[in-house]
Amino acid sequence: MILADLISYDVLRVIWWLLLGVLLIGFAMTDGFDMGVGALLPFAAKTDIERRIAINTVGPVWEGNQVWFILGGGAIFAAWPLVYAVSFSGFYLAMFAVLAALILRPVAFKYRSKREGKLWRSGWDWALFVGGAVPALIFGVAVGDVLQGVPFRLSPELVSYYEGSSFLWKFLGLLNPFALLTGVVSLAMLMTHGAAWLALKAEDPVAARARSIGSVTGIVAIVGYALAGLWLAFGMQGYAIVGEVVTDGPSNPLFSEVTRTSTWLIAYADRPWIVIAPILAFLGMIMTVRDLRADHEVATLLWSQLGIFGTISSVGLTMFPFILPSSIDPKSSLTAWDSSSSHTTLFIMLVATVIFLPIVLAYTAWVYKVLWGKVTAAEVTGSSDSVY
Amino acid sequence: MELGVVELSRLQFAMTAMYHFLFVPLTLGLSVIIAIMETVYVMTGRPIWRQMTKFWGTLFGINFVLGVATGITMEFQFGMNWSYYSHYVGDIFGAPLAVEGLMAFFLEATFVGLFFFGWDKLSKVGHLTVTWMVALGSNLSALWILIANGWMQNPVGSVFNPDTMRMEMMSFYDVLFNPVAQAKFVHTVSAGYVTASVFVLGVSAWYLLKDRHVELARRSISVAAAFGLASALSVVVLGDESGYTASHTQRMKLAAIEAMWKTEPAPASFTLVGFPDQEARETHYAIHIPWAMGLLATRSLDQTIPGIEELVEEAKKRIESGIVAYDALMKIRTEREAARASGTRPTADVSSHTDSPELRKAFEDNSDNLGFALLLKRYVDDPTQATPEQIEKAANDTIPGVAPLFWTFRIMVGFGFLFIAFMAYFFWKSSFGGERYPRWALIFAVCLIPAPWIAAEMGWFVAEYGRQPWTVDGVLPTALSASQLSVQELFITLGGFVTFYSILFIIEMALMIKFIRKGPYQDVEETEAWEAQHERRLGAMDDSGLAAPSPAE
Repeated sequence: MILADLISYDVLRVIWWLLLGVLLIGFAMTDGFDMGVGALLPFAAKTDIERRIAINTVGPVWEGNQVWFILGGGAIFAAWPLVYAVSFSGFYLAMFAVLAALILRPVAFKYRSKREGKLWRSGWDWALFVGGAVPALIFGVAVGDVLQGVPFRLSPELVSYYEGSSFLWKFLGLLNPFALLTGVVSLAMLMTHGAAWLALKAEDPVAARARSIGSVTGIVAIVGYALAGLWLAFGMQGYAIVGEVVTDGPSNPLFSEVTRTSTWLIAYADRPWIVIAPILAFLGMIMTVRDLRADHEVATLLWSQLGIFGTISSVGLTMFPFILPSSIDPKSSLTAWDSSSSHTTLFIMLVATVIFLPIVLAYTAWVYKVLWGKVTAAEVTGSSDSVY
Repeated sequence: MELGVVELSRLQFAMTAMYHFLFVPLTLGLSVIIAIMETVYVMTGRPIWRQMTKFWGTLFGINFVLGVATGITMEFQFGMNWSYYSHYVGDIFGAPLAVEGLMAFFLEATFVGLFFFGWDKLSKVGHLTVTWMVALGSNLSALWILIANGWMQNPVGSVFNPDTMRMEMMSFYDVLFNPVAQAKFVHTVSAGYVTASVFVLGVSAWYLLKDRHVELARRSISVAAAFGLASALSVVVLGDESGYTASHTQRMKLAAIEAMWKTEPAPASFTLVGFPDQEARETHYAIHIPWAMGLLATRSLDQTIPGIEELVEEAKKRIESGIVAYDALMKIRTEREAARASGTRPTADVSSHTDSPELRKAFEDNSDNLGFALLLKRYVDDPTQATPEQIEKAANDTIPGVAPLFWTFRIMVGFGFLFIAFMAYFFWKSSFGGERYPRWALIFAVCLIPAPWIAAEMGWFVAEYGRQPWTVDGVLPTALSASQLSVQELFITLGGFVTFYSILFIIEMALMIKFIRKGPYQDVEETEAWEAQHERRLGAMDDSGLAAPSPAE
């Protein structure tokens, strides 16, 4: 295709690397508060009516929010097929756990209030808790594992093999101390995000409880993020491409040499401007905690969005161009320069994104506008059959 | 059959895909039926049509959520269980999946929340628009998924790249307008419409039998019968279209469905029933209809349709040609490896590092058959070392299981014709028979509810089992597509899915039955109260004013 040459291959790769970030951040910002609300549900809402209020704050929007994740998966498949192939099969059982949680959650939202009965409802409340907390934790754990490098290697035919004598060890190996730390950061961050959402959309006492829990989890997230930064600085090696970096060559990771470096944070010496990302992360998270206490509802949610934006971009920018480094065979590591789709596919996908993403954003914004306002007890207990 | 990772992965994929497709057809059809009902409501202003919309909408919601939830599994599984497939064809296959998310799934998922929660927050026309968006989104979703699936059946617009060891996109246009994909789309979506029509008709018939919600039931039947008749005709006509395209692209599948072991002189006969015997390569007790097969598949009297034995011989030749391509590919790779080692930068142009024009020609001439050489990987690591016996075995592997295909296809087609007759009868009764239905017909309608699901599952079985031994026809064998996992991991997830999905299925059925028993939510008084309240709330938004609240009858 001649048209594809309008944008050179390396530029397209950077664009798709950015778009991957946009999708993951979009997911964390929107579905993040759904998961946060799920994880907060047993603590912030005690009675059945309170729980229904909490659930109905996300009731009309969780379905659309979850598409960010599904689209993220689809975009990785289309734009970064090797990343998709290696990560989804490499994290097999962890992925299954996420999958189970993500299947349980929609069903729980939809079915919980369709029947009376204590057992029925408390059962689905647990499902919502698990469906929110487990993915939030596992996504964080996965980030920690990716930063350390994942034990896989590629054959010359680009078949991916994973280390680990037994499947159980392979799974438990993911749950190492650093990954657990990043998992906690992720969970705490999304719980805080959920708290900011509940503070905006729910009434007291749910909102009040959410605010007090949120200020605690907010501090946990800040401390955990700082600790993870120190760990990266002093306790972990990074990765680097050896020799000339070919940015527009064919997508075959085995064509480049990769070595371990003293730390990932070398990136901050090479491109000092990226320090803006962790600064925004800290700023967002600190201001979220402050505003949660001060009862600034809209501002809190926006600060929380900023914190999420900063945190996720700091991971991406620190690792760039690496996407999925290999701990046992660094040469197999997947980078933005050697694991993308072909020039043609990246271009076509970009055209589709440029057309449709603004439309998606427009109608999503319209839906949120229609649904603006607090969910009240009266609304939940009223005669309408259109609430959960 | 030995249960290795490949077999277990296939079992898991088949199981989760068929489970997913229990919910999809109803979503596809019911979304449109609901939108039609709401359109009538907005045009006439009669509250009964709103009640119908809300009632069928509730059932739609219970079903929709499981379709969404189990759809996530489908997307995950390519990466989790079929990672080599994902790498090998992700450049082409991933694109329609991603566009599906962007263009279709976002639309339906964002608006479906408003469909349920927006009744009190939107104007009539505003809500109707939302409902149509949900219907549009779910149907577009099917379009993109079937473009992806159509490419697996008929891989057009792509080429193998020796540097990246995968198939790469040559023409998105060809992938998009793949005739197989287009025929499949209309066929599948129509099947979904039939499913929803049979469902609405069956549930309404049950109400009539019980003498409950008669007004809702009678109106629902007239919508479902009209919509269902058009769709049932479309399924069969366009099912035939996809058979016609199959005769050009997937000849082995066609031959297996018809249990046509030997090539017959044109025009071939159609085997109505019989007992295919894979070992003996013949069909016992076959009843033939002369000429029918040739007419249907080639739309001519003089073109022959190749039989299974002829196609196996052809496969043998293609394997031999594939070995030449494989051998050339390995040599090209070695040359390019050496060039890189000596410091030459790899370029996008594949041919630039092949010094020998013979080698390049050998690869280019035979690269279409590269996939056939990969069939040998089951028997020998290096296809160039294959013995004639191994080639023979690999060629025989290209025959899918004939008897299961033969029977599932006939069950599907049988149901297809039954639906046409059934819908035509109810359409006639509802339009010209004064909406009086005999008791036996109503009982039959209730009993027929599961039938479209059976037909749809059979259809997918024919499409996907008939594609074996390939994941992508002629390009990548199933045996090579799976991830490097352990059997234990597969047993854990398989067990997890079986348990999890069974529980969800029981809960879903229980809720469906509960809400069908319960019937429509609001009675007339509540509707009037709602109208008054709605008018107050939206008075400013809707200049034309709402239609005067009129009682249901």
